[in-house]
Amino acid sequence: MLRDITLGQYYRTESVIHKLDPRVKIVGTFVFLVAIFIVNNVLGYVVAGLFLAMNIKLSNVPVKFIFRGMKSIFFLLMISVVFNLFLTPGEPIFTVWKIKITDEGLKIAIKMAIRLVFLITGSSLMTLTTTPNNLTDGLESLLNPLKLVHVPVHEISMMMSIALRFIPILLEETDKIMKAQMARCADFESGSLINRAKNMVPLLVPLFISAFRRAMDLAMAMEARCYRGGEGRTKMKPLVYCSRDRVAYAVLVLFLIICIVVGRLKF
Amino acid sequence: MSIILDHVNYIYDEDTAMAHAALTDVNIKIEDGEFIGLIGHTGSGKSTLIQHMNGLVKPSSGTVYFNGKDISDPEFDRKALRAKVGLVFQYPEHQLFETDCFKDVCFGPKNLGLSQKETELRAYEALKQVGFDDEYFYQSPFDLSGGQKRRVAIAGVLAMKPEILILDEPTAGLDPKGREEILNLIKKLHDEVGITIILVSHSMDDVADYVDRIIVMNKGKVAFDDVPKEVFRHRQELESIGLAAPQVTYVMQELKASGFDVDIDVTTLDEAKNEILRVFSK
Ligand SMILES: Nc1ncnc2c1ncn2[C@@H]1O[C@H](COP(=O)(O)OP(=O)(O)OP(=O)(O)O)[C@@H](O)[C@H]1O
Ligand SMILES: [Mg+2]
Repeated sequence: MLRDITLGQYYRTESVIHKLDPRVKIVGTFVFLVAIFIVNNVLGYVVAGLFLAMNIKLSNVPVKFIFRGMKSIFFLLMISVVFNLFLTPGEPIFTVWKIKITDEGLKIAIKMAIRLVFLITGSSLMTLTTTPNNLTDGLESLLNPLKLVHVPVHEISMMMSIALRFIPILLEETDKIMKAQMARCADFESGSLINRAKNMVPLLVPLFISAFRRAMDLAMAMEARCYRGGEGRTKMKPLVYCSRDRVAYAVLVLFLIICIVVGRLKF
Repeated sequence: MSIILDHVNYIYDEDTAMAHAALTDVNIKIEDGEFIGLIGHTGSGKSTLIQHMNGLVKPSSGTVYFNGKDISDPEFDRKALRAKVGLVFQYPEHQLFETDCFKDVCFGPKNLGLSQKETELRAYEALKQVGFDDEYFYQSPFDLSGGQKRRVAIAGVLAMKPEILILDEPTAGLDPKGREEILNLIKKLHDEVGITIILVSHSMDDVADYVDRIIVMNKGKVAFDDVPKEVFRHRQELESIGLAAPQVTYVMQELKASGFDVDIDVTTLDEAKNEILRVFSK
């Protein structure tokens, strides 16, 4: 049941996108996000949509799998659409009692929905095709200049990669604890809100204890192997750009230029 | 009380790229009062199988019947089923959560909606049944040793008065003495209280002395389902699926091969001793 969440999950398969350097993918996602806020007309959205579709196709991740993760955010999407639809002042095109839908409202709502769907799909594509370890490595390398102003970049990325590594472990643990308590007739589903919160205690206590124990074990294991932070630390697999990544950067620049040009067209 | 698994299949993460079959066409019937050992190499599907028996997991296809009723039926009372088919998981750490052991054991009967008095009575009785010392009753369950934690976990399920008790590797991580104590305790529950027992393990030596039926799992399928002596005859097959017959059967087979006229069907240490003495005193 907890496994239905695909947001932030890695999808293991072979593809060009999977093989790209994580830095390219992080920068690319960023460029894409900027682009969908630059473009402001139908053609622009078509261009961005095509770019996204091309990347999904190249990534070999089943479309069904990507959109399953969207289900959980669908609700959020609907709220923003509904608010924009009904609360934007302007020329009414449709009025029922006190509710009126305006021309501007309709436009903004559609635009908002498209942007949100693109935004979520684009960023999930990054996490779906990059292992958590690679992702944090890429981020660390991109943030490296910040070390000059004494930001502990290595420590932050180490914390991030540990946190990411722990998510599936804790999900699995939750599943097991839930089953063990359900075997003693625990009820996690019915009752009032307060009762339901109370019923979570038999789940949360073992979960917290196990999380602390794991954290302590991990700290001990790191210490036993003389971990001492980022200073002077080398990598077994340092990130190196290859021709594939250069091509990808070129495509990104091209995409951004097209978006800027298209965004200036008026129709 | 009987449990019947009829052509049960189970697939984890069905409809995803990670889908893989954990159980394939499993047919098992469990009768009243049996003492069953469920054996299999790691990953053979033992834990998945037993979770079907109390309805924690629904088969992908096939049916599980409890007393002739389909447990996937929406009408079926699954809470009552879980009280009747008690399942103790492998790690006691997954279920202990209260501030003291006594309260923790009360959790099950309380969920059944029993009165406070009845709940405490059952908790006391269950803790006594597993041979738990009075002096630890009001201690935090987290401060106990591995063997004691396991006792509290078993008591927590026993307090619901199950008719069938399933234990997932109850001896994992215990020293030989603790192991024997837990196994003897389970045997006592079977013999004196009359509970049907299913004991999951991957060690033949653990179960050979106690059970009267062995189900061997291999890669999600039932490989053997028979009395111990018949199962142990298939020494080679057992070895090829990562298991072994109990050590005494190896000794007896070696003796037989060296020309002694011993009965190679003995499975327990005591029987082996008597058999060897019988042959040598001739
Ligand atoms: N929650 C789960 N999600 C996905 N796959 C699982 C899950 N639990 C078990 N499996 C897989 O199902 C198969 C059977 O697992 P199961 O836990 O039933 O084996 P087991 O016989 O109990 O093994 P062990 O002796 O290690 O406890 C294994 O291949 C395992 O990887
Ligand atoms: Mg198991």
